[in-house]
Amino acid sequence: MRGNATRLGLMAVPVAFFAVFFAHPVAAIVGRGLRDGGVWQFAKAGEVLGRADLQRVLWFTTWQALASTALTLLIALPGAYVFARYDFPGKRLLRAAVTVPFVLPTVVVGSAFLALLGRGGLLDELWGIRLDTSVWAILLAHVFFNYAVVVRTVGGLWSQLDPRQEEAARVLGAGRFTAWRRVTLPALTPAVAAAALMVFLFTFTSFGVVQILGGPTFATLEVEIYRQTAQLLDLRTAAVLTLVQFAAVGAVLAVHAKAVRRRETALRLVSPAQTSRPPRGLGQRALLGAVIATIALLLLTPLAVLVERSFDTPGGYGLDYYRALGTLDERGAAFLVPPIEAVWNSLRYALAATLIAVTVGGLAAAALTRRAGRLVRGFDALLMLPLGVSAVTVGFGFLITLDKPPLDLRASWILVPLAQALVGVPFVVRTMLPVLRAVDGRLREAAAVLGASPARVWREVDFPMVRRALLIAAGFAFAVSLGEFGATVFIARPDHPTLPVAVARLLGRPGELNYGQAMALSTILMAVCAAALLLLERTRVRGSSAGEF
Amino acid sequence: MALLKLDGVTVRFGARAALDSVDLAVAEHEIVCVLGPSGSGKSTLLRVVAGLQPADTGRVLLAGTDLSGTPVHRRGVGLMFQDHQLFPQRDVGGNVSFGPRMRGADRAEQRRRVAELLELVGLPGAQGRAIASLSGGEQQRVALARALAPEPRLLMLDEPLGQLDRGLRERLVIELRELFGRLGTTVLAVTHDQGEAFALADRVVVMRDGRIAQAGTPLEVWRRPADEFVARFLGFDNVVAARIADGVADTVWGRIPVPAGSPEGARDLLVRPAGVRITAAGGDGPVYAVESCTFRGNHVAVRLRPPGGPLLEAEVPLRDAPEAGAEVTVAFAADEVVVLG
Repeated sequence: MRGNATRLGLMAVPVAFFAVFFAHPVAAIVGRGLRDGGVWQFAKAGEVLGRADLQRVLWFTTWQALASTALTLLIALPGAYVFARYDFPGKRLLRAAVTVPFVLPTVVVGSAFLALLGRGGLLDELWGIRLDTSVWAILLAHVFFNYAVVVRTVGGLWSQLDPRQEEAARVLGAGRFTAWRRVTLPALTPAVAAAALMVFLFTFTSFGVVQILGGPTFATLEVEIYRQTAQLLDLRTAAVLTLVQFAAVGAVLAVHAKAVRRRETALRLVSPAQTSRPPRGLGQRALLGAVIATIALLLLTPLAVLVERSFDTPGGYGLDYYRALGTLDERGAAFLVPPIEAVWNSLRYALAATLIAVTVGGLAAAALTRRAGRLVRGFDALLMLPLGVSAVTVGFGFLITLDKPPLDLRASWILVPLAQALVGVPFVVRTMLPVLRAVDGRLREAAAVLGASPARVWREVDFPMVRRALLIAAGFAFAVSLGEFGATVFIARPDHPTLPVAVARLLGRPGELNYGQAMALSTILMAVCAAALLLLERTRVRGSSAGEF
Repeated sequence: MALLKLDGVTVRFGARAALDSVDLAVAEHEIVCVLGPSGSGKSTLLRVVAGLQPADTGRVLLAGTDLSGTPVHRRGVGLMFQDHQLFPQRDVGGNVSFGPRMRGADRAEQRRRVAELLELVGLPGAQGRAIASLSGGEQQRVALARALAPEPRLLMLDEPLGQLDRGLRERLVIELRELFGRLGTTVLAVTHDQGEAFALADRVVVMRDGRIAQAGTPLEVWRRPADEFVARFLGFDNVVAARIADGVADTVWGRIPVPAGSPEGARDLLVRPAGVRITAAGGDGPVYAVESCTFRGNHVAVRLRPPGGPLLEAEVPLRDAPEAGAEVTVAFAADEVVVLG
């Protein structure tokens, strides 16, 4: 009984947060689209669903998401293994580098791939290959974007799995692969499932990437919702599509929740320092080499092209585009402030959003740690919904619901971090929960018997063990906030643009200077993220060493 | 007055009762050992007292106070877990100082207490060592120091020496008893090892299927097991059905004298192996075939197959050991015979 009360108390803040800043705005938008003169217009909703062009959009959205997820797992799982088990020079730098794509605004990812695979792109120049008219550009961009999700989520747990478990299986007569399949894989399954779920949700709701690389041929639901809302002003169709996306995501989450419940196990975790060693022998070196080559080709090349373009001015390589960022655009009304200000805005917003996401997500994860009841599992699924609901809808919903007392936030800077935190919370929960659940319950009991209150037990036992996960989660939340575009584009004030919004605005305008400035701004964003991530990596290393209080 | 008192405590897991209306009292400074096979409910007993497992019915009283409303961390009892559950991310000092720290001791006090306890358990100066670097015996000592550090009113031990090798176990059990005696600690321990229980305890409680089968001093329990279960659990397998009248028991093993004052009628009979004397063939009673002889150091354990009924084990001096396959008769000594139940 006591435990239940605590759990409900912990859940109160996340639930309230979601009710006010998620359910309410989304419901308002859906209501506005589907109600006419105070009456629900379901027949018209049916009409929308019957349209062949929209059915094609739904089909494309689904299969490209499945294909992207499968491709990402295929390419990134060896990477997760290498990062978890091998020591090699430059590992920390490389780990930070693979995370950079994930924090780039999707618009920039799209542009980078366009610069690589599109007309006049690098491959076009070199070999005359163009992929921007095929679905491969989208799939590769999705892998580029989500590689870090798999490496971080799966690799994080993998690096803490006790290798002696596998050794025990080997001694019992299992071959190398059998031991992995029978011992390590089952232990990893929850993390792999969580990563796959995240990748699927991202690609299913992919917006910026498809917007740019899809051209007129390919559109996901999210792109279509944006088109219907912002360009055609057809709120009804947008609302119906939002609901379709919502239902699809809900179904996926329900299946996931069911699958997870069957697989929960307590794992024996060890320090990652104990589990990794330099690669030995030809096979291991070849694997390391292959992973590094993949990363170089797929992840670093687009980034390099991006940087190259930011210096590639008409008068040869130079800093012209960067200098232009500091000045106000004299030729048009694109900006009220010099674009460089977007950097500080973004950093401030992302920091606030991270704090909110870690608080809300941390409380939620703590409430979910002790597995129990249907109520809690429902709560678990609820937390994932923001990943599946159209960000465009959320942003637009913010505008029409949070503009009157008692919650008149339209003029407040907090609006942007709130929307960004919404997308960050699922990451915090997903990253922390597997580790929290893997903490041996008897350690908590031992602390309680020694006189630690429940809150103290959390601080003394759970927290030191999940601090790594918490830092990773905070990093994720920060990155997602920094790159959030779909909702922010609606609610960022013109005099306080964020980086992605500024980039999109620059990209949306013709001219080499604007394109170059967009590339320069993206490069700055990339550098900021890389610096922040390197810092995070450092903290992690120091935090995991001995000598606690 | 009893420091700890359990009053009709029942814990159910589904249909199975892990504890079935258990009454138990532990006096101040007393060492009580709960002995039982795995699944007999002894660990659940400790968890109920610690507050980690709520009792479905019944009360737990510590120094006369009902603990039912007191959460785990305010009960002031210590528990040493079966596999120690030392905090892996803290060093030895951090583990031992955990309890005092939770009770608000300042740093100097914590340091003093840690040094004192590590000295006490024979690991002086181990403060800075990592948990992963400790051997099994050292872990056990650190766990003991950690449990003692907050000065619990009652110390509970769950299979305290379970995973250690035999020599170490035998040495530690003596150390523990000596230590608890010196500190005046009240101890409630559970174990499945009778040797450990008898060596450690002032009083032994044997549990079976969530109920207390017998309680008494080690000597009492050893001398007069309450029933066949207790007898067999203590390692006595010479149990046979008997009909007792006029100081003699009628069994498939022949007629066996019983101690004066034993109850009469249909009973189970325990014959200690030491009370079975082998007489060369030609004595009274049934003829036994010698099934096996096992060398046990200062004696030989001989298993005898009677014409009918269970095997009979005899303990004979080395020089009297028969050949396997020989046929013998036996005589019984009344003072090594116990009428059960």
